[in-house]
Amino acid sequence: MERKPDANLDLRGVICPINFVKTKLKLEQMKTGEILEVIIDSGEPIANVPRSVKEEGHKIVKVEKLNNHFRLLIEKI
Amino acid sequence: MKNKKIDIKYDRHLEEKRRPKIEVELEKGKKEVFNLDQLKSGGYIRQRQKDLFTVRLRCPGGRVNFEKLKKIAEVGPKYSKKDYVHISVRQSIEIPYVNYQDFLPLSKELEEVGQKIASCGPRVRVPTACSGCEYNPNGLIDVQKLCHEIDQKYFGIQCNHKFKISLSGCPIDCFRTNEMDLGFQGAIEPLWDEETCNGCRICGYACKEGAITNDSKTGKPSIDRTKCLYCADCIRACPTNSWREGKKGLIVRVGGRHGRHPVNGSVIATLLPEDKMGQVIEKVIEWYNDRGKGKGRVRIGDILMGKWPDFVAFMKPVLGEHAVKNPQKPDYIKIHSFQTGWMPNPIIEG
Repeated sequence: MERKPDANLDLRGVICPINFVKTKLKLEQMKTGEILEVIIDSGEPIANVPRSVKEEGHKIVKVEKLNNHFRLLIEKI
Repeated sequence: MKNKKIDIKYDRHLEEKRRPKIEVELEKGKKEVFNLDQLKSGGYIRQRQKDLFTVRLRCPGGRVNFEKLKKIAEVGPKYSKKDYVHISVRQSIEIPYVNYQDFLPLSKELEEVGQKIASCGPRVRVPTACSGCEYNPNGLIDVQKLCHEIDQKYFGIQCNHKFKISLSGCPIDCFRTNEMDLGFQGAIEPLWDEETCNGCRICGYACKEGAITNDSKTGKPSIDRTKCLYCADCIRACPTNSWREGKKGLIVRVGGRHGRHPVNGSVIATLLPEDKMGQVIEKVIEWYNDRGKGKGRVRIGDILMGKWPDFVAFMKPVLGEHAVKNPQKPDYIKIHSFQTGWMPNPIIEG
């Protein structure tokens, strides 16, 4: 069962690494255990953003492909 | 900073191609007569200007701590006739415009903080390396540690010609291991765990080599190992840790060089464990010094072009299962398209 996101970011059309920076800043404002929903473009963003989020120590709990975009659910650690 | 008055005469010996000898005191109270090649081997490199030398410092992996850096900044202005250091292409700090009569006090003062002088000429040079996995996000192995080990064990060993070793932490290969007499580059083999994979397809997007394709329905990946560069991008990108580290080690390249006629070094081993690196270095130098006997100043790449099967057989016991099957011998990289008539020199090629 999917958990309801506590916050969300639509980063369609936002280039690397601004998309990651925005994700990071949003996560910093959230509480541990909360879920952030992020929508990013395929191509470079999907290759880079999840890797960077993981390296920051957060957990990607769901990845879903929607046409030319990806929907990520990130748990703040 | 006050301007120094520089009184410089050009060295006429240079034009006349003479090899003068000079009396230098490298150890206290012990004046010795050196020819310029001997000084060069000690890291003192003759300049155009009479009696002046560039002093090359030994900075393995380009790492110089602040204590040493401060000392260099302190002694530089004292002994150099100029107001700068030069950073060599091999990461070493060089102090130019030093009179040979100042070699002893300069080296003594640098020694106070453990800063050594490097070398030049026909021998194993100071190894170079990137920052590696210590803090570079792409780094796969600790090349600084390995670089230090090489510097301690193999620096200065005599060879036919110069022998350059470099290390890169990942396949981006900033330290151009293919242009070195011997190069080591970090690599990690990715392994996939089906059970934990949720078919998210991120790995397929993360792979820059097109080695990973995801099933159109399930999203589960399959990997074409012939395309994999062992960069570990898939491992880093995977949100479920279904891509994991398999074997970790070094890609080994030999026989490369830059210069007038660059040679592309050959890959002879993949995923070689770090603890076998020393053995490989020793074996390659042993082969080079033996097969190079009587050939004078010739780089290992040139000897390899003529004796490749012999080299491959010689290295086989050390490389073992990590040896590349049917490795290709080093070959020239053509960079001068206008030089259409050039042929390799058969004498040098031996």
